[in-house]
Parts: sequence; C-alpha cells; structure tokens
Amino acid sequence: MINEGNIIKIAGPVIVADGMRGTQMYEVVRVGEAKLIGEIIELEGDTATIQVYEETAGVKPGEKVESTGGPLSVELGPGVMGSIFDGIQRPLEVIKGISGDYIARGIDVDSIDKEKKWTFEPIAKVGDKVVGGDVLGQVQETSAVLQKIMVPPMIEGTIKSIAAKAEYTVLETIAEVETDDGIKEIQMLQKWPVRKGRPYKEKLDPDIPLITGQRAQDTFFCLAKGGAAAIPGPFGSGKTVTQQQLAKWADADIVVYIGCGERGNEMTEVLTEFPFLTDPKTGNPIMDRTVLIANTSNMPVAAREACVYTGITIAEYFRDQGYDVALMADSTSRWAEAMREISGRLEEMPGEEGYPAYLASRLAQFYERAGRVITLGQDPKESSVTVVGAVSPPGGDLSEPVTQNTLRICKVFWALDASLADKRHFPSINWLQSYSLYVESITNWWQENASEEWRENRDQAMVLLQKESELEEIVQLVGPDALPDSEQVVLETTRMLREDFLQQNAYDDVDTYCSPSKQAAMLATILKFHEAASVAVERGADVKEIAALTVKEDIARMKYIPEDEFEARIKEIQEKVVTQCAEV
Amino acid sequence: MNADIKTREYTTVSEVSGPLMVVEGVEGVAYNEIVEIEAPTGEHRRGQVLEVKDDVAVVQVFEGTTDLNTLNTKVRFTGETAKIGVSRDMMGRIFDGTGTPIDGGPEIIPDKELDINGNPMNPASREFPAEFIQTGISTIDGMNTLVRGQKLPIFSGSGLPHNDLAAQIARQAKVVGSDDEFAVIFAAMGITHEEANFFMRDFERTGALEKVTVFMNLADDPAIERILTPKMALTTAEYMAFELGMHVLVILTDLSNYCEALREISAARDEVPGRRGYPGYMYTDLAGIYERAGRIAGKEGSITQMPILVMPQDDITHPIPDLTGYITEGQIVLSRDIHRKGIYPPVDVLPSLSRLMSGGIGDDKTRDDHSGVSDQLYSAYAEGRNLRDLVAVVGEDALTERDQSFLAFAQAFEDEFITQAKDEDRSIVETLDLGWKLLTILPKTELKRVKDEFIEKYYPE
Repeated sequence: MINEGNIIKIAGPVIVADGMRGTQMYEVVRVGEAKLIGEIIELEGDTATIQVYEETAGVKPGEKVESTGGPLSVELGPGVMGSIFDGIQRPLEVIKGISGDYIARGIDVDSIDKEKKWTFEPIAKVGDKVVGGDVLGQVQETSAVLQKIMVPPMIEGTIKSIAAKAEYTVLETIAEVETDDGIKEIQMLQKWPVRKGRPYKEKLDPDIPLITGQRAQDTFFCLAKGGAAAIPGPFGSGKTVTQQQLAKWADADIVVYIGCGERGNEMTEVLTEFPFLTDPKTGNPIMDRTVLIANTSNMPVAAREACVYTGITIAEYFRDQGYDVALMADSTSRWAEAMREISGRLEEMPGEEGYPAYLASRLAQFYERAGRVITLGQDPKESSVTVVGAVSPPGGDLSEPVTQNTLRICKVFWALDASLADKRHFPSINWLQSYSLYVESITNWWQENASEEWRENRDQAMVLLQKESELEEIVQLVGPDALPDSEQVVLETTRMLREDFLQQNAYDDVDTYCSPSKQAAMLATILKFHEAASVAVERGADVKEIAALTVKEDIARMKYIPEDEFEARIKEIQEKVVTQCAEV
Repeated sequence: MNADIKTREYTTVSEVSGPLMVVEGVEGVAYNEIVEIEAPTGEHRRGQVLEVKDDVAVVQVFEGTTDLNTLNTKVRFTGETAKIGVSRDMMGRIFDGTGTPIDGGPEIIPDKELDINGNPMNPASREFPAEFIQTGISTIDGMNTLVRGQKLPIFSGSGLPHNDLAAQIARQAKVVGSDDEFAVIFAAMGITHEEANFFMRDFERTGALEKVTVFMNLADDPAIERILTPKMALTTAEYMAFELGMHVLVILTDLSNYCEALREISAARDEVPGRRGYPGYMYTDLAGIYERAGRIAGKEGSITQMPILVMPQDDITHPIPDLTGYITEGQIVLSRDIHRKGIYPPVDVLPSLSRLMSGGIGDDKTRDDHSGVSDQLYSAYAEGRNLRDLVAVVGEDALTERDQSFLAFAQAFEDEFITQAKDEDRSIVETLDLGWKLLTILPKTELKRVKDEFIEKYYPE
C-alpha cells in the first residue's frame, strides 16, 4: 500500500510528517516536490520522523511525503564492480551524466545498469534440486571477477527451466524454480535491505592471514581473513594512505572501499590511480576488483549514516559467492558523527560526548558482519569479509567514545602516532601500542608459507623494541655512552628495525609491496646482525666500529631489492653481516 | 504570484532571543529560505529560516536583532534560498559580508544568480590536483608543496605573522612555466580593521588589487553575517573558476571567528552541544566550505583554498583546527617557539603537511630528487630537534660525532632554510639546492632517504 503524508516540520536533514500511519520503520520515502530520498527512523501515532539523504533547503511544510513500500536496499548483480556509488548506491558517473559536475537533488537513477547485457553461462541443469545460495550460472563481469549468479536465500525447489548461454540483462529471467509456493522466476538482479546481514551457514575462526604486503602490519600486527581491524589516528598520521595501501595490495578477491565523510580528492585519487595498478597475484587492474562508495564530507549527512551499510551488504554478496572480501571504511568516526547529528535533531537524550546511547551497539552490529563463514547452499564454500575501519579521534585522544567502543570489538589495533608521522616514519604504526590477537592463530600459516623461524623472530624483535623504549629513558637521562656495550648493540639493532624494516615507502615502486617471504628474510637479516654484533661485543669489540660497518647500508637498502632478486641478494647480505662482525 | 508575495509579509514575531527570531502564523515557508526584515526603526535586515514546524518559523537574523520587537517588526519571506549575483566585473571590487558593494562603486549587474550553498561536487567529476604552485617559500615549496586545487590551511596562533605569510603567498604564487596568474578572492570574517587594511595595502602596493575580489566582514560587523561570507566568496570563486576558466586562490581569514558564530547560533537554539560547546554538525558545515576547493575534469580553472585560522591557545587539538585538519589536504603550522627565535616565516615543518605533495612534484614538475630531499630534510631535522632535548640534559660533548652533526644541521636548517625575507621569492631549484647544501653537514652515509643516483647527481662537491 502506498501511503501519502504531509510535512509538518523541517530541521536540517530531519523532517517530520503526519498522515503516515501504516508505514514501517526504515521504509524509504520520497519527500516533498523535489522527491528527495529519505528513510523513516521514528514512528509515533500518525507522525513519522524521516532522515533525508539529500539537502532539504527549500522544502516547505504541507508538501507531500510518499512511501515506497520497502526498506533501504541495494541492488546486487553484474554491474556493481569497478563502479563508484554514493552512500545510497546511486552511481556517481550516471549522476554526472544527468546533473553535471555538481550533484543535484532528487535524482532517481538505477543502481546498476538495467539495459546492459551480460553473457550468462548456466551451470545448474533442469531438474536440479536447489536451495538458497546454490550457483545457477556465472557471468565474467570484469577481468578479475567472475560473478556467480545464486539462488536468492529463502528459495528452495527444483529448477524448471534455465537460460542457455547467451546475453541477458539483469532483469531478464534466467531460471525458474518450482517451489512449494509455486514457480519463482529468478533474475540476475537481487535486492537486499542494507540494515540486515545476509545469511550464511556457519561462522569459522579466522586463521588465515590477510596478507597486505605491509611489513608493520603483516609481520607484527597481522590481520586475519574475516577479522576486523581499527586504525585510529589523528589527522596527518597517515590513515588514508594506510587504508589505500591495504585496498591496493591486500590479497582479497574483492575490495569494497567506503569513503565515509572524507575528502572528495581522495576518491578521485583512487579513481585515477587504481585502474593503472595491477594486482601482484593475478596481474589484473585492481580497479576491476574494487567497488567504491563515496559520501564525501560535503555530501548529505544522512547518506553518510547509510553508506557503511550499503558497503557491507555489497561485501556480503560477494562473500556469498565464495570470495574473500576486504572492506575499508574511512572513516567510521564520520559515520558515528552522522548518527550523533541525526540523534541531536531528534532531540534524543545524549550519551557520552553527545553521541547517542546506541553508538556502541551500532558499532558492534556493523563489525560483527565481518567474519569467515561457510556459505549457504549445497556446495558450501569458505569465504570471508574482513573489515578495516579507520577512526578519527578528535585531537588524537584515544579515550573518546568511538575509539573505545571500536576497540572493544576489533581484535586488531593499529595505533597511528602523530609524533612518528612528524618524523616521516611511515606507516606511523606505533609498535608499542598496537596489537593483534590473531598472532597465535595465524602462526601456522606463516611457518608453512614463509619461514619456520617466523614466530620466534617476530617475538624477539618485539622484545628488542620494548627494550629500546626502556633504554631510551635512560639515554634521556645520562646519554648513550653510559650504556653498556651490549645495550648499545640493542639500540643499533632497533634503529634498523625501525628505519629499515618498519618504515615502508608507499610511493616507491618496489617498497610499496613486500611479499611475506621477503618480510621474513629481511627480519631474519636484521636479527642475524644483532646476534653477530652481540657476539662480537662480548669478545671485546668496539661498539663504535660495529656502528660504522658498511653492511649497515646494505641492510638499509634491502627494502628496495625487487621481489625476484631478493633471495640471492639477502643471502649475500647475511653472509656479509657474519664476516664483517667477525672481523671487528 | 504577486498576491502570494503580499500575503507572505507578517508582523507576527513572537520571540526574539540572541540572533534568533520566532515568527508565528506563517504559511508555506521553506527551510533555509531568506527573509527580509523591517525593524520598527525602518531599517532593513536579512535573515534565514533555520527551522519550520507547522506555522512557526525560526529565523536567524544576519545583521543582529537589536531594535527588533514583537509588536510591529515586519517580516517578509522571499521564497528563495540565499543567492548571490555573480559577474566578471566583481574582480577588483570590495563587498561586505553579505555581498553588497561597499567601495562606492556601481552595483554589480549579475551575469547569473547562484545559490550560495552550492551543490556538492561529484567525486567522479573531480580531477586529481597535481600542478605545482611555486610560492617562493622554501618550507612550503620544498617540504609541503601546494598544488592547484588544493585546500591548505595555515594554523597559527595569536600574535604570529600569518597575515604576512598569506599576503606573501598571494603575491608570489605562480605555476612555473605558465603565464596564468591567480585571481585572488579574499574573504575576511571578523578580522580587525587594522588587519583588513594590512591586506588591502599589500594588494594595492603590489598592483594586485584589480585581480582581487574582497568580501569583508569585520570584527565589529554582526557575527551572524559571518556565516554567509565564506559561502559568498566560494560561490563567486566557483563561477570564476569553472565558468570563466580562471585559476582562483581563495584566502579565508579567520575561520575561528566563523566557528564562533556557528556556536553562537547553536547555543541560541538550545542544541545539544558537541565538544567545547561547538555544534555536532560543525564538521559537516566546515566541509561544506573546504570541499569547494578543487579541479573539475575537462574544465580550465581551479579553486585553491588557503584558510587561515588562529588556534585558541596554540592548541592544535582544539575542535576548530582539529576538524579542519581532518578535511583539508594538509596544514602549514606556525610555531611560537620558532617565532620567538626571530625566524620568519615561523613555519614548523614537523607538524606541517601537504597531502597532495606527491602528485605535484618530481621529474617533470619540479625536480627528480624533490621527494627524497624533502624526506631527508624532514627526518634529519626531526632527529636534530630530538637531540636538542638530550643536550639540555647531558651536554653537547656527550653526543657522538654523528649526533653532533644532526644538531648542527637542525640549527643551519632553521637559520638558512626556514628563514627568508618577506619579499624573498625562492625558485624551487634554489630551494632544493639549498636543501642539498645543508645536507652536506651530515655524514653521507646517513642520507638514507635519498636514492643513490640522486646523491651522485646533486651532492655538492
């Protein structure tokens, strides 16, 4: 039933309408003569409070509000990949065609192209018994993505007909399934409400690392596929570059990148750069596996509240096809602030720092949609959604509510540090504050795939870095010369760890991505230096001479050795370490 | 329509409080609509609808609510949101904070009427800014490079020479190898007459005045008017940049005053305050200003923004600089410590940053060694500064030779690289060569941030 109400109050992005009895919570409505898109967020008697996803200037009391009968949903199917959408899945390229370089209001566009034809290749056969999640066929959407066309969840029955291999639009019926309630026609297009997680069979423990090619993250504070990580940091600490590095190099099949309340130029940067970068694993352009969602800081605030849900629903859809998906949300603080703004307009009783009392539960609900799962269907697959959320704490103060509530849920914490960023130590991940609770569970993977000594080396390096911070305090008081030689060697080693291992140059062609094996080899070399230097000092060698060894320069340049040469060359450096330290 | 307009004049003001006025019994009033107010004295003012509920409208009055009463104040709803008439002839003219000419010249005959709130630029239409702007200031060009279409604020403190720096940048900014000059739009929000005169004199002295458009809301003008000033300026900038194809440099000063005005309105409306009493939507509001910088693919012009803001108590974590830093593409931070040493411009490079630097420098834009030199200067200066703290405790003699060289470097960096005269316009090559000269103070083996090939090519003998 289509309801029609009248606007009685307008205050920024929130409007109130009466005559709305019969509408549902979270139903999408069209507001006013401009037909702005809104969503019902409160119902009381006849009146509904609506958050409007577009600018409300010029809207008057008395104008109509039309209900649409359904909740805010995304359209899923071929045509999603490589696109850039706004917070409510309107393709920005199409909007550009309609309203030019600026986004006008009330634009009604299809989320995915309904005219475009895709080559559908059937896999299931007539007579097959199918359940939700089973694959009917596939479409090669981009060079990197083979979309599986699935039976929507909740449908179960026998295939009565299936389309032959040919070109179809997303609206054409490609299969008919005979169910208990009659025959259901299935199209390539699926709709799914954004606030509801897509179903799966079972959640698994994350024990496979999400390799990002970033040394500080992979070696020290690793993220697992299906895990959730938080990156809090003040402005200028490199959150965005860190997020973009993950979007570029993470070994996920699909990347969903949400620019939530951030800079317009950052999205442009992704749009101009990604098509020219290739995935180190497959050689395909990384744009072909990327979906972008942009609600920049000057776009309407209510759509910012919705954009993270739009993003994660798209991510879940690809997860259900059996892919490992990585979702980056930059920044979840802007999302929380959007909630706060709407809550303020509703005159709700504020919780901490003006945020609504439901902040913690909303954050938890969002991050819990991450996970490694067994998908629905008779031929279940293991797949995952990994979530990396940037947090922008005001003034860099980590005690604020968004950071604290996020840390309660995320198992990986990459603390970005302004003082490191000031020294141009990038990525500015503070090695003393950050942590990962996945180290235990992914140790096996590293030992099988990179190096047997991985865990031991990692732990030893952490101990040395911890030791350094203690020694630094003493040095501040008495100067470095007062330290015993063995401890001066520690300082030499940790300087290498910091400068030659943890620091990584995102703008260098080679250093931007570092494979797990190279990471392990680099770490082993630095620790070999520590071992050899410690031995030398013990037998009375001068620390100053060790500090002057030329092999230190070789170690400093390890990061620039290309992937295909590193094995031989790092071996040479390791030998040089041993001989030079022995000669001192 | 005429009859309609007549019935839209009311004398039903029921409440006046702070900058706000409540009008009852109104009909068909639109959110954000502009209203014209006739005070009992006959004086005309303007306001804007902040909230409508049934037949009650809350109006914010731009020119202050003094003299308004609830008896016979007349309010007329115009049916339009705030607009500005724009034209090429605005160049060289001076307007008040609401866009009325105050230089005694003729009225502007508008070419177009534009909504001052604008619409958000489509991220898919943007072009990534990547053209190097040479400001002639080493700390900016060498280490925090500005590019066309960037928004790069100056974070300053009271009493620091941010105005001199902004004027110097406005004067010297150019794109190397191109004849295009910048058209400057200068929007003053709540600054003093003296400060305003400083800029006007500087524009006059250098003959830049005919390329400058000035919007002036001074400290003694109504605070609420300040809400309009930057939007007027940026709407004009968008017209000049994307319809007339000019390269526009917008200087906004002082954003702190703008935020104070926002807070004043928010408090008057009894809104739930965010941090330090500023409204929760301040981020979105500021973004509506800053995000209007940029380039559009396929269009000639550009808008580069240089907002100036004075950090209360030099506190960079204060909500105004904090929210700004999260939106702008970097920041130039002025430091009181460096200023006290008598160094001009007192740019503290360590917390300063230009996020768009990497796209605007390098081989075909500045010089191939630029990025390496910049990184090296940064890390060496940071290390030198750290060592100063240590020296205060243990004395310089306790340092190793290596550490002493870093200490000497930091000193030389401040004396030669940061320091320059107010009219000194250094080319990028001069800046980079100066950087190399200073790097020779360090042992060559410490130059880890620069690639070997550049050390060979540029290391001074």
